[in-house]
Amino acid sequence: MLVMEAVSDGPKYEVVIEPTQGWLRLDWKALWEYRDLFTMLVQRDCTTRYKQTLLGPLWFVLQPVLTTLVFVIVFGRFAGIPTDGIPGPLFYLCGLLGWNYFTQNLTNAGATFVNNAHLFGKVYFPRLIVPASVVAANVVAFALQLIPFIAFFAYFYFTGKLGEASLTWRALLFPLPLLHTALLSLGVGLWMSAATAKYRDLIHLTQYLIQIWMFATPIIYPISKVPARWEWLVWANPMSAPTEAFRICLLGHGSLPPMALGISVVVTLLLLATGIVAFGKVERTVIDSV
Amino acid sequence: MTPIIEVENLSKLYQLGVIGPSSLRETVGGWLGKHPIAKPKPPTGSEHRAGPTPDTFWALKDVSFKVNPGEAVGVIGRNGAGKSTLLKILSRITEPTKGRAVLRGRVVSLLEVGTGFHPELTGRENIFLNGVILGMKRSEIARKFDEIVDFSEIGSFIDTPVKRYSSGMYVRLAFAVAAHLEPEILIVDEVLAVGDAMFQQKCLGKMGEVTSKQGHTVLFVSHNMSAIRGLCERALLIHDGQLTMQGAPGEVITHYLSAGMPKDENSRGEISWTGDDAPGNDEIRLRHLRLLNPENDTPQSVFQADKPIRCEIHYEVKKRVRGNRFHLLLQTQEGEVAFMATDHLFQEEQQSPGRYLTSCIIPGGLLNRRPYVVAVGCGIPGERWIIPDSDLLSFSVSGAGNQSSHFPEKWPGTLCPTIEWKVERTDEPLLPTTSR
Repeated sequence: MLVMEAVSDGPKYEVVIEPTQGWLRLDWKALWEYRDLFTMLVQRDCTTRYKQTLLGPLWFVLQPVLTTLVFVIVFGRFAGIPTDGIPGPLFYLCGLLGWNYFTQNLTNAGATFVNNAHLFGKVYFPRLIVPASVVAANVVAFALQLIPFIAFFAYFYFTGKLGEASLTWRALLFPLPLLHTALLSLGVGLWMSAATAKYRDLIHLTQYLIQIWMFATPIIYPISKVPARWEWLVWANPMSAPTEAFRICLLGHGSLPPMALGISVVVTLLLLATGIVAFGKVERTVIDSV
Repeated sequence: MTPIIEVENLSKLYQLGVIGPSSLRETVGGWLGKHPIAKPKPPTGSEHRAGPTPDTFWALKDVSFKVNPGEAVGVIGRNGAGKSTLLKILSRITEPTKGRAVLRGRVVSLLEVGTGFHPELTGRENIFLNGVILGMKRSEIARKFDEIVDFSEIGSFIDTPVKRYSSGMYVRLAFAVAAHLEPEILIVDEVLAVGDAMFQQKCLGKMGEVTSKQGHTVLFVSHNMSAIRGLCERALLIHDGQLTMQGAPGEVITHYLSAGMPKDENSRGEISWTGDDAPGNDEIRLRHLRLLNPENDTPQSVFQADKPIRCEIHYEVKKRVRGNRFHLLLQTQEGEVAFMATDHLFQEEQQSPGRYLTSCIIPGGLLNRRPYVVAVGCGIPGERWIIPDSDLLSFSVSGAGNQSSHFPEKWPGTLCPTIEWKVERTDEPLLPTTSR
């Protein structure tokens, strides 16, 4: 029986409830206790997301293709922004891979408290599990978006129109920028969820933020076209490094100074650490106001 | 024996109204010296709950108690007394402002049935999701899966999305998961109020089993006094954020009911008006509505099932009226009409300006153990309304003296009249014989 297990399992459960002192008390043990919840939430998000939409998983394949089409016409044809000798569709699709994953995480994780107010008011579990599970579940959408990318790549590869792009061993390293993007978006998402829990109207602002942020990220333009004295500005954006890293991995072409990567990693970890603190602070009191 | 739950001076300070500015605009407005947030006045009549600043109050103040392993403890008190705050703190949903609590065992709290159920997922998927949200391990749920399905009586619907379930099936499935949690400490809020009577009884039975056979500890909040009486060995009475009494459930419940504590603002057993904001028009205005215990003539909002209730309607006639009739409509909280009664046969033909009182007695042994809402209306039959039916007071019926009070669960029916039964031995043959 369960009682027996609990007794024989060694350390007995003991929960002490008191006002939190200090500014951070991250309960790693509780996070580990609730690892099954993390898996279940990831599973739930994956199952329900595809059940609810009309086109199901197809939507996730179609969406970047349509966006790429628009980019090719607007930025490629009309505006004439060059793509570094890489075929337009591949250039944009590659940029969008990381970017879509990033924004999807921001939108979902950034509304953690707003979307889960009811649940949080009824049951305890480490709240950090929710945004973390969202970021994990969105990897599935990322994988689906890889399909059109691979299809386009294969087309250009076999027709010999790859241009400056090439297939290299670095393609196997793509999980690294993916992880980088995941941690960055989790950090920003935690900050956003803490902010929107307190100020609901910031939700509208985040949409603008995401739009503007996209233009600050080298998605529709290559780094090589940025004037040298403005380059630092691009690298000041922590999302630029992973975007460029995706290009290096998947297209074998791109420029990423080690310094820029280093700064982005440090900023990412800083945002993540402070995000966890901000999230934890809001987590303790948010229920009293919703 | 080391207590399994130890609560020391637990206090929770709440801010009235909106907790802080809810939008950036308001914060900025605050910096500029404007205060656009209207804050409601603190509730009157409970000065000791007032916090350090005028717009704060203590939802819970210096509550201390201990619970031993295997004990089932009931928590009672009127709405807003602080019961839910206590459970929320012990469930770690919100933090206390002061004090501390130690829980020595695995805690599962059930403040709602079906928390986290997702309509798109099947019954099977939801059992696992709901289980892990409540703190179970997946392996544990897998082990009890068949038992849960059996208990829920869902059968072959287990692989159907729960959005296609009837509300009864939904509640049964949710209950079934909850009933099989088997934590060392189970914290239960008023969740048994849903579900049909049969299933509720089954769940109460299961909860009793959890405490008595498996030696688990239960902390149980309910307005259902007989459930508390039937299930718990000890009861705590929370009043205005403080623990005012603890002891045997029978004693505490009697004290609670006899104190006739109001359930909410407009439910002290009476309500009155002085000006023209009273229900009515320039012919008749309602002045006072009271529900009294005829034995001591004091208004109250909780009545014993076997005692009569006197209902007084005081009104003022402003202009001479002809043929007006008052009526009383008694409804359940769900809005089902229990009965309607009128003074039709007892009113005078004509009333000149002045103050009047029409009253009636609702006999004991008629109402069920449940909350009721009283509506009063006045009109001239076949002609017009003077006061349209309006819900004015609420009260509840609890306690002994009712046939249903022998059962822990809610008894169905808007009424529960005491009717006479007779059981006799007849020794008659089962079939009438036609011989002879």
